[in-house]
Amino acid sequence: MKKFINLPENCENEMIQGLVKAFPGYVKKLDCGNVIVRSEKKRNKVALISGGGSGHEPAHAGYVGTGMLDCAVPGAVFTSPTPDQIYEGIKAIATPEGVLMIIKNYTGDIMNFEMAQEMAEMDDIKVAGVVVDDDVAVQNSTWTTGRRGVAGTIFVHKIAGAMAETGASLEEVERVAKETIANVRTMGVALTPCTVPAAGTPGFSIGEDELEMGIGIHGEPGVNRQKMKPVNEIIDELLDHILADLDFAGSEVAVMLNSSGGTPLMELYIAYDHLADVLAENNVKVYRSYVGEYMTSLEMQGLSVTLLRLNDERKALLNAAADTIAFKEFGGRS
Amino acid sequence: MMKNETILEIVGKIADRISEEKLFLTELDNAIADGDHGINMSRGFEAVKEKLSGADIAVPADLFKLVGMTLVSTVGGAAGPLYGTAFMNMAKALKDRTELSLEDFLKALEGAVEGVKMRGKSTTGEKTMLDAMVPSLEAMKAAFAEGKDTKAVLEAGVNAAREGVEYTKTIAATKGRASYIGERSIGHQDPGATSYTMMLEEVKKAVV
Repeated sequence: MKKFINLPENCENEMIQGLVKAFPGYVKKLDCGNVIVRSEKKRNKVALISGGGSGHEPAHAGYVGTGMLDCAVPGAVFTSPTPDQIYEGIKAIATPEGVLMIIKNYTGDIMNFEMAQEMAEMDDIKVAGVVVDDDVAVQNSTWTTGRRGVAGTIFVHKIAGAMAETGASLEEVERVAKETIANVRTMGVALTPCTVPAAGTPGFSIGEDELEMGIGIHGEPGVNRQKMKPVNEIIDELLDHILADLDFAGSEVAVMLNSSGGTPLMELYIAYDHLADVLAENNVKVYRSYVGEYMTSLEMQGLSVTLLRLNDERKALLNAAADTIAFKEFGGRS
Repeated sequence: MMKNETILEIVGKIADRISEEKLFLTELDNAIADGDHGINMSRGFEAVKEKLSGADIAVPADLFKLVGMTLVSTVGGAAGPLYGTAFMNMAKALKDRTELSLEDFLKALEGAVEGVKMRGKSTTGEKTMLDAMVPSLEAMKAAFAEGKDTKAVLEAGVNAAREGVEYTKTIAATKGRASYIGERSIGHQDPGATSYTMMLEEVKKAVV
């Protein structure tokens, strides 16, 4: 393992300290532990909290700020944060309007957030939660835990965050969050694994000439292993799954082409060249595109494609101003 | 069967065992999910050891409660809330008993099983720690009902737990992060069932 780190066990703490030192105008850390909140608490609105394992930067701390989250709770690398940590976050941002938890659909994340919610409700804090499950790579049936929550989560942060900023009620913010979840789909692919610092070895092995289709953001196995092929064919396959899952034809969409951490922008742009063409061929109208690192998996070479189906409300909320470390929107665009 | 000192000793042994098996548990988890089980459990039990060293413990229930709360706040993932709830439920089942009989121990484990089922919204046959916990508890209860001694009862429990681990190799995961790969999880043993079996093995070694 070769990484720009000191001791593996200090990675999470040092990362958070560095982030706070780099962006003091945006975020601060609570004294009690790794809980990131806005540098200035915003009142008179529903407060939004999200979190999950570290290793997905800029998710989620990079989305704390005006128009998006009020708090992000990072756990150890690829490990959900603990209930007491989340509870401290909820207490720090709570307003009389309430708190909305945005949770990615993983068993551990759900259990830890639920325990935190129980603790906060004992303090009479109004808390609701939504679970993001946008990954079409895995089956959604009553026999599984359901789909994984991946890069589509950032759109939920953006749209629910913009709604909260208008002063809407908890019920209204929860509603747009749920509608966003119902309209967002993602699928990813990886060429290489990643190494969790504390583990020291890659999470899986893969041949020089192979790819893992449908990879999870923690390096979980995907739907199948294939021989390497040109990126246009890879994009075709990802879109086949996404477009088969939800009818995007005739709709306006926001599209996110996300790097898993180790994919250079050059390759993302090459991929987007074809992605844009295929969407046009399928009568999917790109309203806004995002290409870059939004939900990473350490140094993994991989990418994911996310489509969000828009309506007038989601379009307006997507356009509303946001100012965070990793996501900025000036507002007023049409 | 067990006083505070014995339980403390066992918890210490469990912590050492989990620490020794950290990489093995992580490899098991890597095969089907996200590869953090060993690392997380080991971090949690190291914290437990540290907390227990200076703690003022009157009855076993205090001890189990402290273990549970420490695991919840240090392990993370799914294992944190699950094992944390398990230990806290053991504490609830024991209340102010000053010493654990074999019957108390089984009653506490029953609480642990219920806690894991409730927290994980899960049951047996889903390739989780319950596939070791439930059959081992049933085997111990049966052996106890037949009037067997502590040694025989714990042996029956450990054997059933090991069989449970073997059973997890034959089924696909339908709960937890391994469920995302469904059929591809067949052939791999469940890391949670494995770590639970290790704990029970340490109890047996220390008591018998």
